[in-house]
Amino acid sequence: MTTVDVVLWTVLPYVALTVFVVGHVWRWRVDQFGWTTRTTQVLESRWLRLGSPLFHIGILMAIAGHAMGLLVPKTWTEAVGVSEHTYHVMALAGGVAAAVLVVVGLVLLLLRRVVNGRVRRTTNRMDKALYLVLTAVITFGVVGTVGRNLLGGGYDYRETIAVWFRGVFWFHPRPELMVDVPLVFQLHALSALVLFAMWPFTRLVHVWSVPLAYLCRPYVVYRRRRPRTARLGAAAVSAPAAGVSGGRGHRPPRGPSFR
Amino acid sequence: MRVMAQLAMVMNLDKCIGCHTCSVTCKQTWTNREGTEYVWFNNVETRPGQGYPRRYEDQERWRGGWELTRRGRLRLRGGSRLRRLGRLFANPDLPELTDYYEPWTYDYRTLTTAPLGDDSPVARPISAITGAPTSVRSGPNWDDSLGGGPENLAADPVVARLRDELGTAVRFEFEQAFMFYLPRICEHCLNPSCVASCPSGAMYKRVEDGIVLVDQDRCRGWRMCVSGCPYKKVYFNHRTGKAEKCTFCYPRMEVGQPTVCAETCVGRLRYIGVMLYDVDRVTRAASTPDEKDLYPAQLDVFLDPDDPEVAAAAERDGVPHEWVEAARRSPVRDLICTYRLALPLHPEYRTMPMVWYVPPLSPVVDALARTGFDGEDTGNLFGAIESLRIPVEYLAELFTAGDPEPVRASLRRLAAMRSFMRSVNLGEVPDGAAASQVGLTEDQLRAMYRLLALARYEERYVIPTAGVGQAHDLEAVATRCSLDTDGGPGMGGGDSARGGPVELFVWNPHSRPDGLFPGSRPR
Repeated sequence: MTTVDVVLWTVLPYVALTVFVVGHVWRWRVDQFGWTTRTTQVLESRWLRLGSPLFHIGILMAIAGHAMGLLVPKTWTEAVGVSEHTYHVMALAGGVAAAVLVVVGLVLLLLRRVVNGRVRRTTNRMDKALYLVLTAVITFGVVGTVGRNLLGGGYDYRETIAVWFRGVFWFHPRPELMVDVPLVFQLHALSALVLFAMWPFTRLVHVWSVPLAYLCRPYVVYRRRRPRTARLGAAAVSAPAAGVSGGRGHRPPRGPSFR
Repeated sequence: MRVMAQLAMVMNLDKCIGCHTCSVTCKQTWTNREGTEYVWFNNVETRPGQGYPRRYEDQERWRGGWELTRRGRLRLRGGSRLRRLGRLFANPDLPELTDYYEPWTYDYRTLTTAPLGDDSPVARPISAITGAPTSVRSGPNWDDSLGGGPENLAADPVVARLRDELGTAVRFEFEQAFMFYLPRICEHCLNPSCVASCPSGAMYKRVEDGIVLVDQDRCRGWRMCVSGCPYKKVYFNHRTGKAEKCTFCYPRMEVGQPTVCAETCVGRLRYIGVMLYDVDRVTRAASTPDEKDLYPAQLDVFLDPDDPEVAAAAERDGVPHEWVEAARRSPVRDLICTYRLALPLHPEYRTMPMVWYVPPLSPVVDALARTGFDGEDTGNLFGAIESLRIPVEYLAELFTAGDPEPVRASLRRLAAMRSFMRSVNLGEVPDGAAASQVGLTEDQLRAMYRLLALARYEERYVIPTAGVGQAHDLEAVATRCSLDTDGGPGMGGGDSARGGPVELFVWNPHSRPDGLFPGSRPR
């Protein structure tokens, strides 16, 4: 094991995860206005209506598959009686299905972004970098799944990559496990780390805003006008904040709280 | 009963000449930016016509507003909450830019830089979105004044419905054609379907004045509000990735000034005032089974500020005294409740809109006069309303979900007012029968005339300021310039290091000119 291995499989993960966490906190605090999907459906709808659901559903399946493969130790699945072969077949079936969805969706969305002048114009530098890294992650992942596990001899990543991955989170890094992993899986992991580091600075932040709270919210949202004084600075006499700034009330508040 | 106050608008369509001053001043104020090139918070469309975005009234296609479930409960027309969350990845009901129009500018530069030649240089249209040369195929007001003729107008969803469901053919032959202008802003509904559609909870209705706004910091760009609004008055800013909409010019409202569209309206046809309503009754009214009953149901939601019980409840519920006072003097309330002249736009969307319209009457007088009858005689007028050039059925589809009676009643009152006032102007003894026939008194007809015809500024706009309760705080603002901080620009200081004036005329919107914003200064 060389220094490069330690840098790649111990230092880099922690740097990426730190940037991921700190970046998100920073972005959330300073850039609420920029926190959006930046959807381009209003500019182009036909390709998006096909490509976007394919891509997103595929990605969600892939994330679920990764969670199962990386977070659940092999001993657990074996304990409940899932043999290596059964697991392999299951993972491969799900993985290939996800790969098809993601690849078709991504190709459609990428083509659309290049071909359609309106969408191309709204693409900024960060989007381009994101598309590059995302394409790399997906390509390596698909090549690993399809090329190695479907067509090739198969590779049991649960003995190495998964253990290394969990070790990072237990602050017990085991870089030696990654040294002999096939190159395509190494590249997949490394590009994913880059993606994690980029995440908070791209439109990917919309992932954390999945509006599940919408399901149990009253339909109509009422809010109070923010008191002007809040924006006037110290010169203005400060109004008692209670009841005036109310903020995120979801029902028309009762009682006399007007000023 | 829970009393809430709502700022509302009424537009008198008789007086709209379709000059688009409201649209232009609104655009200059609010949407004169990149990302909102195609956005008109205020637009004026010609009816019959397809409107903006084109055919927005076709809810079979766009699925905006509310509908009743089989059990009689309100549900967004776009489907249940779960169903719509499932469409976050691609919203099938979202209009595309082409449904609005592709905004364009012209290549003016060639006019001055073209080399000397035999032909005059031409400024070609350029897409404001892509910057590429484009051909102009539609615009925000493409069928202005019936432009495009019958083939364009037949696509008007209201015309189509009249034809398909009532068998009424709207005539487009030049001699029989009719038209009027319909200025539109956000309706600031009592039961806003855009707010209900927003998955992030970023859209809200302000408690104090009922203005519907988008919190730009909380909007996450799920663009469900755009399709949720049946009037298509929420727009997607493709540059910022956030939804934007008409703000009812709330910064002006808060200091007692009318909206920009109203202030600059040359026809003086817009009225702004306060309506008190019972928020507890809104949902039930919006769930009225028969669409034709929605207009009276909404009238029932409004409260009478002269009723002592209502005034007491308003005080209990925190509506400031100034607002109750303003509601008593509200021109909007007069037009909606007292004279019953104004009608809501498309009440069948069940959003309880709060921008109402006095239907147009004018052509009937001209038409009558041309046939040799006295165009302003009450009897003739009343008879003629039945054979209006603008079919009552068409107006009814717009304003009362197809019930012609309220439209007829409104037009009769307008006709009675004309006839009555003509007698007054000619020094004749006014015919009192005209007033009683339409259920009004002579004094009311005079007051109506004053409000509609003279339309004094302070009578058109009765706007209580939001700051009345905070007058003491606001003193600090009013008595000194906010730039007059120590060493600030108002003190003659400013950032001299940043150089001279900013040349805004050649300002490239991608850049920020030096000195536009004061930099951070060491404290």
